[in-house]
Amino acid sequence: MSAESSIAARLTSRRIPRRAGSPSFFTRLFRTRGSLFGLVVLALVLLLATLATLIAPYNPNKTVETILQRPGIHNWLGTDHLGRDILSRLLYGTRVAVLAGAVSVGLAVLLGVSIGLMAGYWGGWVDDVLMRIVDTLWAFPTLVLALAIAASLGPGLSNAMVAIGIVFTPAFARLVRGQALSIRERDFAIAARALGAGPLRMMLCHIWPNVVGPIIVQSSLLIPQAIIVEATLSFLGLGIEPPNPSWGSMLRQAYQYIERAPWLSLFPGAAIFITVLGLNLLGDGLRVTLDVRLRQRGVS
Amino acid sequence: MARYLFRRLLYFVPVVFLVTVVVFSITMLLPGDPALAFLGEANMRDKVAYETMRKELGLDRPIPVQYAIWLGKAVRGDLGRSVRTHEAVTDALAARLPVTIELAVVALGIALVVAIPVGIISAVRPDSWLDTTATVMAVSGVALPEFFVGILLIYLFAVWLRVLPPSGYVPLSGGLWPNLKSIILPALSLGLTLNAVTMRQVRASLIEVMREEYVTVARAKGLPEREVIRVHALKNAMIPVITVIGLQVGRLFGGTVVVETIFAFPGMGRLAADSIFFRDFPALQGVVLVMALAVLMCNLLTDLLYAYVDPRIRYA
Repeated sequence: MSAESSIAARLTSRRIPRRAGSPSFFTRLFRTRGSLFGLVVLALVLLLATLATLIAPYNPNKTVETILQRPGIHNWLGTDHLGRDILSRLLYGTRVAVLAGAVSVGLAVLLGVSIGLMAGYWGGWVDDVLMRIVDTLWAFPTLVLALAIAASLGPGLSNAMVAIGIVFTPAFARLVRGQALSIRERDFAIAARALGAGPLRMMLCHIWPNVVGPIIVQSSLLIPQAIIVEATLSFLGLGIEPPNPSWGSMLRQAYQYIERAPWLSLFPGAAIFITVLGLNLLGDGLRVTLDVRLRQRGVS
Repeated sequence: MARYLFRRLLYFVPVVFLVTVVVFSITMLLPGDPALAFLGEANMRDKVAYETMRKELGLDRPIPVQYAIWLGKAVRGDLGRSVRTHEAVTDALAARLPVTIELAVVALGIALVVAIPVGIISAVRPDSWLDTTATVMAVSGVALPEFFVGILLIYLFAVWLRVLPPSGYVPLSGGLWPNLKSIILPALSLGLTLNAVTMRQVRASLIEVMREEYVTVARAKGLPEREVIRVHALKNAMIPVITVIGLQVGRLFGGTVVVETIFAFPGMGRLAADSIFFRDFPALQGVVLVMALAVLMCNLLTDLLYAYVDPRIRYA
């Protein structure tokens, strides 16, 4: 690494001190009740997912009571059509939701950022080829493409996560490409190139730190979407394989007993709703907090 | 405008070509041998029949050649035969497409009829109780998956109140009222999310426009507020809404897969779900291709409409 490019990297990554009196990031973020609610939901979901094995009252795949029991003292949320404890299955389902949200969006970030950085930095035919591929994926309805990929790969959580990751890749690729195109023309980037920084160094040390903010915002908005897509795939039988529980597969089974046991559908549905609602609100809060223009316009 | 149209069409062609490549590749990856699927369990061990079937389906040729043959046939409207029903895929799609289009149009109608007026009221009276209620409903609507809304609606209207059928489709030829009764719940399930997204966009873009200087000038001229909103603000505020509605078409088509499955609707979404379940790769290819092309067409129309109403776009 040359001394000059190291200086350029340090200059660009130097922290700008906060102006005295201006509120911190967290103060701004949690000024809205929505973001606070979102954080509480996120913390709760992560906690339940981590502690599922310890706090679940029963083995989620074992018959513990008579079938279709109403919520009661022994089984707080009742039992399903095979006599399995709904609460335990719901808690284990939280793990699947967390895993699906995090891994699939993580994969999309990895693929999308790589494509976006290459397309935006090199431009020309590389940009044309990569962006046409991205546009092609963008043309498919999200769920239809996810279904087709998941069907091709076969049922299972890992395959569902890969399918969701591929489907969400264009969102990150387009975002990063746009940022990279503008950043590579800025003075600090031109200076770093003039000092001999290579493409990899330019992408990782100069462009990447400047796109992290928008990527965090985009991820926070796509994680709840990924949870919904995973639940939908599981609902259609392409997600997690039985007897393991996921919120989507629980709803699929519960739906068959809607007349006899309507509460069966309510719990997994409410779990999806509250989780997605909380994460959406947190994502919106992050978007407004990190986007200076939105903040200046007072968008809430 | 003609130059813009030409530019957009030029960009449209390679994407359509790539869409066909993706559709073909995805279904090539499907587990299971299509020749065996066509033969059925009874003839599975007959080697001669198996080789003949592979030849008949063109599976003995290199993959690029298979793609070229498939594309050539697809352009002429031949998407092969369904493995499950042996019906021509084009016929199956033609029979199911009107059902899905009807469902999508009713869902879009429900969404817009609610979203536009509520969005306008929310923007005109921000932070009022109505705005707060509408915002809460919109935020909640986005967080509700279509299949959960569908299940809730079935429970409420079909199981509890017993006023609407829980599933099944009655075509328009069976009478307008029975048709509407059969379509209302699935359309509501699809429309709720769409309504939430559109309402938020109407509100946000109207609030933005109301801060523009020309709106201040219109007020300064002494125009009544109603006129300011109707004549000056709303027209411009609706421009980004067009894009949002256009982008929602893909979401609508995606939603039909799960909604049509829940409500046993004989549409394209149900055909997609069934073809996945029965490993019916020609039918799946057909559905995915038609849906992707429909989304591309809608995106193109949205872009053209956008360029028509906002000249800045076509001169950019």
